[in-house]
Amino acid sequence: MATGVAAWLPFARAAAIGWMPVANCPMPPAPREHSKKQDELIILNVSGRRFQTWRTTLDRYPDTLLGSTEKEFFYNEETKEYFFDRDPDAFRSVLNFYRTGKLHYPRYECISAFDEELAFFGIIPEIIGDCCYEEYKDRKRENAERLMDDQEENKDSKLPNMNFRETMWRAFENPHTSTMALVFYYVTGFFIAVSVITNVVETVPCGSTPNQKDVPCGERYTVAFFCMDTACVMIFTVEYLLRLFAAPSRYRFMRSVMSIIDVVAILPYYIGLVMTNNEDVSGAFVTLRVFRVFRIFKFSRHSQGLRILGYTLKSCASELGFLLFSLTMAIIIFATVMFYAEKGSSSSKFTSIPASFWYTIVTMTTLGYGDMVPKTIAGKIFGSICSLSGVLVIALPVPVIVSNFSRIYHQNQRADKRRAQKKARLARIRIAKKGSSNAYLQSKRNGLLNELLDLTGSEEEEQHMNKTSSLLESQHHHLLHCLEKTTAHEFVDEQLFEQNCIEGAQFSRSPSLSSQEGFTGTCCTHRSRKRIPLPNASLSTTHTHTHTQGLQELSAIHIQCGDQPSLSTSSRSSLNMKSSERSRINCRGQQITTAVISLPSPTNFPPDGDGHSPANPIPAPPTINTTTSSNIVKVSAL
Amino acid sequence: MMNLDGLEMIAVLVVMGLFIKVLEQFGLFEPVGGEDSIEDDFELSTVCHRPEGLEKLQEQTKFTKKELQVLYRGFKNECPSGVVNEDTFKVIYSQFFPQGDSSTYAHFLFEAFDTNKNGSVSFEDFVIGLSIILRGTINDRLNWAFNLYDLNKDGCITKEEMLDIMKSIYDMMGKYTYPCMQEDAPREHVETFFQKMDRNNDGVVTIDEFIESCQKDENIMQSMQLFDNVI
Repeated sequence: MATGVAAWLPFARAAAIGWMPVANCPMPPAPREHSKKQDELIILNVSGRRFQTWRTTLDRYPDTLLGSTEKEFFYNEETKEYFFDRDPDAFRSVLNFYRTGKLHYPRYECISAFDEELAFFGIIPEIIGDCCYEEYKDRKRENAERLMDDQEENKDSKLPNMNFRETMWRAFENPHTSTMALVFYYVTGFFIAVSVITNVVETVPCGSTPNQKDVPCGERYTVAFFCMDTACVMIFTVEYLLRLFAAPSRYRFMRSVMSIIDVVAILPYYIGLVMTNNEDVSGAFVTLRVFRVFRIFKFSRHSQGLRILGYTLKSCASELGFLLFSLTMAIIIFATVMFYAEKGSSSSKFTSIPASFWYTIVTMTTLGYGDMVPKTIAGKIFGSICSLSGVLVIALPVPVIVSNFSRIYHQNQRADKRRAQKKARLARIRIAKKGSSNAYLQSKRNGLLNELLDLTGSEEEEQHMNKTSSLLESQHHHLLHCLEKTTAHEFVDEQLFEQNCIEGAQFSRSPSLSSQEGFTGTCCTHRSRKRIPLPNASLSTTHTHTHTQGLQELSAIHIQCGDQPSLSTSSRSSLNMKSSERSRINCRGQQITTAVISLPSPTNFPPDGDGHSPANPIPAPPTINTTTSSNIVKVSAL
Repeated sequence: MMNLDGLEMIAVLVVMGLFIKVLEQFGLFEPVGGEDSIEDDFELSTVCHRPEGLEKLQEQTKFTKKELQVLYRGFKNECPSGVVNEDTFKVIYSQFFPQGDSSTYAHFLFEAFDTNKNGSVSFEDFVIGLSIILRGTINDRLNWAFNLYDLNKDGCITKEEMLDIMKSIYDMMGKYTYPCMQEDAPREHVETFFQKMDRNNDGVVTIDEFIESCQKDENIMQSMQLFDNVI
């Protein structure tokens, strides 16, 4: 039952009295209303804006949030209202749905925001009224396409382990990926152009010997043209075979349009080789030469615009079909009429209806060659009607095709624009993300420093440190800290990690542990905080409580005198203050000792997600090195 | 005069036809037949009916002020123009019976509610009708039911009238019933009804026979009071 008309249910029940005298059996008892409460006003406070409605209005749709008991979760006892922390503008549409039974989609609203609101309030978007449904669906499809575009770009990123074949295929498809691909791209483009120009120049009459008439260049310099043709076909053949080899699905590749064009482009040459000097099929030979012009279509691999055009024509197939059909109809009609109109006149060129086709086509497309002209009055009248209607018939489907092309072209433009903006956008997002991770590392350092300061006993600095992070941050950091303890690994930032990896490589060559360099062991931990459980992870047991030196735990702090290259200062916490602390600590560098642990890398490790170079296996057993240094205090973490 | 052949004649006629069309466009040549039929339709839909005051309705019906308010809100929500016409009535009623076809019974209901026979049910008609059904005496209700069955309002129910009513009620059940709906189920039901109601076996049921028979039947008496507290 449509609960939208729940208000009329009492009427329907009352109208049932018409069945009573007719019924033969007794009626079932009516359901009792337990609490006959009066209809009351409910206050819905949505982010400060108060909406009021009757309770029965909301009860109309009991399977939504507001209509069911789910709204009791949002009930505020003190103010006796239901509070929702959502967008009040979008809530208007939601509440109007209860009031009128029709859900409308406001055009100024972002489609995903609206979807989220509907999902929150438990309303399915399919009940959007007819007036707004089409717009909603269009916007949704557009949004989905946009998101799909973004995802497709991610596919371009290099997969870690591609064998030679896949690399080659990728090079063919995206010439910008490597220099070789670019070179290949330009070389093939050049040869296509050469081939096409050769075909054209072949037929131009070159200079002539005095006795003969003009001969085309092709016949004068047969050998030269043949060599050029051979060279081009060689290149094309090699390219085709390479693509065939590299294609992930050979069958699908062979069926694709581009490969068919390739085949058609090179086949005539081979067929020509086979059937040389055979007089009977010379006619066919000439036809084959025509097919050589298809090489120009190979350019569509090189030109985005050509591809768009082809795609547009394909998607407008129905409009084109309609155009063709209506044109054919009109041609036949007018040709017939013209033929019979001109039948009477002498020396008329309109000898048959098919002959009149030519006149009709030329007239309808407003070409008007003038080789066939009507002479009778009727012929002229009908001829003028023909040309007028021709303009109309052709002009009608064309805007549809044009708008289709425009839409697809703009879509492509948008994709290109997005790709260009993407790099900058991702870089900014990455910086923002690093901020929060650096905040954690900073707070860890603060934790360490706090302990140090405990020992050195300077109170005010400690308090200063503690105040800087909010409750949320400290809870988050505590969480990350617990994770570290659980997995017995620690977070570290990018540059430090890379440095450590490099040092790890260096270390493997020089087994002696320098006191200057801390060494972090395995480089196979991910940059992105994925954890590999190391088989010999004995880190958890190596809390080097070297109380005499006041260091509690192993963490990676790279403190250098002077500049701090590896720590980007983009985190929101007041790093400026900290840097000064750091430098002060360096002065007390003599007292700070760091514990450094080195672990052997596992013998087999999963491949890195971002193609990081594999670490070198380090044969050293787990050792704990304590170093004291004055300059560089490097405590490395994994 | 020129010697015009058949085709040339046609050509000339075509040219003349086009000429006339061009003149029409310029407004110099008014063809026969008016074009004002479209604008008339707009006027009907803007008619708005306002019910009489709350006090007057309270006098006419047995509803309290609050009940009238609730009823009016529901009524106005569904019919903002203040009157229900038959199509809207049928649409509203059909929402309650999705399986079957309730349009015929809705039509009869509409006739019963539309006391002044003007093709639309205003809020007053609506509420007066409801008042009789829900707050009236048993006799009032039986009278109302009789009025519903008596399609031509001549004071007696014939078998044909009853058959129509019965068929419309059975239509509301739809196709998927258990046991399967037989073709003559309504007719049999009508026979039973007439056996019960028609005292003097004259083939029609008058108002007195109807009320008398109903008062004798316990089931009917009880079911008449079933909807006392619908509102």
